[in-house]
Amino acid sequence: MGNVIVLVNATSDVVDAASAELLTTGAGLGSVVAVVPGGGSDALVADIAQYGAAEVHVVSCPQLSDSLVVAKAALLVERAAETHASIVLVASGLEGNEVAALVAAKLGAGLVTDAVAVRADDGELVVDKVVWAGKYTVTAKVVAPVAVLSMKANSCVAVVAPSQPEVRQAHFDFAAPAPTARVTSIEPAATSSRPKLVEANVVVSGGRGTDGDFAPVEALADALGGAVGASRAAVDAGFAPQPLQVGQTGKTVSPDLYVALGISGAIQHIAGMRTARQILAINSDPEAPIHRLADLSVVGDLKVIVPAVVARLG
Amino acid sequence: MKILTCVKYVPDAGDEVGFESDFTLGRTGPSSKLSELDEYAVEQALRLRATIDGATVTVLSVGPAEAEVALRKALQMGADEAVLVSDEAIAGSDVFGTAAVLIAAAGYLDEVGLVMCGMSSTDAGIGALPALLAEALGWPLLSNAAEVSVEAGQARIVRSDEFGTRVVEAALPAVVSVTDQSGEPRYPSFKDVLAAKKKSVTTIGLAELGVEAALVGAGAARVQVTAVVRNPERAAGRVIVDVDGSSVDDIVEFLAAATK
Ligand SMILES: Cc1cc2nc3c(=O)[nH]c(=O)nc-3n(C[C@H](O)[C@H](O)[C@H](O)COP(=O)(O)OP(=O)(O)OC[C@H]3O[C@@H](n4cnc5c(N)ncnc54)[C@H](O)[C@@H]3O)c2cc1C
Ligand SMILES: Nc1ncnc2c1ncn2[C@@H]1O[C@H](COP(=O)(O)O)[C@@H](O)[C@H]1O
Repeated sequence: MGNVIVLVNATSDVVDAASAELLTTGAGLGSVVAVVPGGGSDALVADIAQYGAAEVHVVSCPQLSDSLVVAKAALLVERAAETHASIVLVASGLEGNEVAALVAAKLGAGLVTDAVAVRADDGELVVDKVVWAGKYTVTAKVVAPVAVLSMKANSCVAVVAPSQPEVRQAHFDFAAPAPTARVTSIEPAATSSRPKLVEANVVVSGGRGTDGDFAPVEALADALGGAVGASRAAVDAGFAPQPLQVGQTGKTVSPDLYVALGISGAIQHIAGMRTARQILAINSDPEAPIHRLADLSVVGDLKVIVPAVVARLG
Repeated sequence: MKILTCVKYVPDAGDEVGFESDFTLGRTGPSSKLSELDEYAVEQALRLRATIDGATVTVLSVGPAEAEVALRKALQMGADEAVLVSDEAIAGSDVFGTAAVLIAAAGYLDEVGLVMCGMSSTDAGIGALPALLAEALGWPLLSNAAEVSVEAGQARIVRSDEFGTRVVEAALPAVVSVTDQSGEPRYPSFKDVLAAKKKSVTTIGLAELGVEAALVGAGAARVQVTAVVRNPERAAGRVIVDVDGSSVDDIVEFLAAATK
């Protein structure tokens, strides 16, 4: 289907999991032009080549860090126009969805945000998206010449397929056509020694039922080599920071094992973890909805059970 | 100055409503209402109104006649006036169609100095409209705010996302969207509910806005829904009742199998 632009955000020398998935998805649809805004290292470019890109464009842009999303979107629009791309793929997220919207508006393209699957069918691009707190999967076809999609993490398994891409260095000066917002301070996302929430094979989440003590949640996560998550009630109460929130307005996770501790299982929470392979729930209320979907439901006190389990796991 | 707050009428997440034959979501489920994520936008608009001289809050929705329910709720929360854009021709619009209508409405209403939105609709969950509105209006975008304030004609937000926490500023007029971290929406009191009865909802169509019907609706959509499938519910598994740690063996065994 022609050229596929894949946005790779350079946050380190390695392609992050979400971008690796996009590169794989893109390679299945056409010839991938990986675009790295703001400049990326040789190591990053080499890593991108692991996933089958045909071209890598490293594009410097002085306005990138001062502007919220508009400069990044304009940079992608320029690359899409230059390469006559018919598909633009970005990773889902607050920023990714906005970048996708702005690029689609400029290109007159069809837009699907938070897509979970995409395929070419008889020359048409067909996209799946999960809507309404996870209740339904909607399939749509893009009827415009260009498609811009933001893809949810864990939509596919990244496949290593080394290539020898043509690497281009470019420069993009963003001249705002209208007044834009200025970023006046930046504090990078906190890093943790635990696996990243959306990439982890094991996620242990705590809810309001932890009563503010996340120590058992963290201890079990560490014993299993997993990531820590939280319900929104736990985040709202200040038990855990928002980036750890799982659910409709938080992260979507799809681990092999999801452990819900003191979480009732509201539909908005389920929306973020319903595709976990196995679910363990510990909740003292036998009527809690989480017990209706867990593979192992334990009706009991997490404060008694979790430390004992952690001790046994050694 | 008007603070124009965009709100959507959506089915409740717990409702059992279906899809129409054209795959559009049945908007009028038994408990369809003001989108919970847009309550945050109304709340922040009301808080900002209290800090800006002469500010008023107008709530705006694009939707079926029943969407008045959502606007009524916003009026009960304290919004000053409500506008509903309703037109047969809008049905089946994609996000660009909805955006075209909202943009025309923002231009139709006088003295709009700030457009407020929620972070996402709870049904379609696109998370795109605020950016599209800002782009089309030529106004700065201050989106996904966990905090928002306006001082001396300058808007300032704090935003946290996949790239960290950023402070973003712009002069008004601007488009602001807020997340569910921005502060709990107020609950209308009985007095508020009575007061809202005196407020009216103005309904207009595309003709008043000068939007050509060909630009909106299913025919103009760049994305066409071809199927909707109900996702299978997960089945309940084994349930055990713990007494003083009696479940530990079973849990350890389960964890070992699940992480193999
Ligand atoms: C638009 C919208 C978006 C939302 N997005 C999200 C989202 O992204 N993520 C999310 O999680 N929620 C989200 N919510 C909120 C959601 O509806 C619930 O309010 C929330 O998930 C509840 O969190 P909780 O289960 O921790 O708390 P509660 O519902 O209060 O449940 C606490 C549970 O802990 C149990 N418990 C108490 N003590 C113990 C103990 N000692 N041992 C074991 N169990 C115990 C209780 O039995 C109870 O079931 C959203 C809501 C809306 C309206
Ligand atoms: N039909 C609508 N009428 C008014 N505002 C809307 C409508 N749809 C979306 N919005 C606004 O745009 C925000 C983002 O919605 P969306 O991009 O559709 O996920 C919502 O939180 C609302 O503030």
